[in-house]
Amino acid sequence: MENFNVNRIDKEDISVLYISGFLDAHTAPELEEAIQKLIDGQRYKLVINFKDLSYISSAGLGVFMGFIEQIREHSGDIKMSNMTPKIFRVFDLLGFPTLYDIVEDETLAIIKFRS
Amino acid sequence: MKPKLKAEYKLRIPSDTDNLELIRSFVAKVAEKVGFIPDDICKIELACDEACTNVMKHAYDQSSKNTSLDVIIKIDYQKFTLVVTDHGKGFDPDTIKMPNVKEYLAELKVGGLGIYLMRTLMDEVDYDIKPGVQNQVRMVKYFLDKKKPGLVNTAKGV
Repeated sequence: MENFNVNRIDKEDISVLYISGFLDAHTAPELEEAIQKLIDGQRYKLVINFKDLSYISSAGLGVFMGFIEQIREHSGDIKMSNMTPKIFRVFDLLGFPTLYDIVEDETLAIIKFRS
Repeated sequence: MKPKLKAEYKLRIPSDTDNLELIRSFVAKVAEKVGFIPDDICKIELACDEACTNVMKHAYDQSSKNTSLDVIIKIDYQKFTLVVTDHGKGFDPDTIKMPNVKEYLAELKVGGLGIYLMRTLMDEVDYDIKPGVQNQVRMVKYFLDKKKPGLVNTAKGV
């Protein structure tokens, strides 16, 4: 059964998290842990690549809400990329596009950090 | 296969987030079977997840003996009714307000968006709360003309 996975690749000062599977109240702590680890290591520039994420609930969205303030206080950001229309719709329903940088492609998210 | 026009499906399951995936599969399969389009199946699946997550996070404390929840789906000619029942401590439905999402997000608080999502995704949401006895969240999705023939709705402006 498909569950949830987080893989991380660091590109200089930017960390890209590739998330896959189902992000719900059961799996959200795993993502929380991965982001907390980055913050503990003082890495505040995050790109979340949603390409292989097949499901998200409000518990998953809550993870990003829980960290964004702290990350931006350190001149960092959480940028999001490669969302399928299904995932984007949930973000859109909750008004996230006005608060988060959601871009089509991971490369674009990295360019935005560099510029 | 043409679905039956009147049917009931029931799942009794431990109130544990580990079971969310299984609950979603159950609800999605029934919604698919009765002819909802993929877009509506996703909405029903998410609304059910949010209702069950609320139960799993808030309904029971450690002293609770019976910590199961029921997901019941009732199909009739016009609508798909999803009822999530627990036997936990319940809540006061009068304190539930539609959050002002912009304000809420601006404050960047965690949680509480589930009820907003449920009301956005489904056509009707109501509560029947009897703390410690039985608490129910009832959600309805009407069959519209976009689903399979045989379930054409005439009740909701179609």
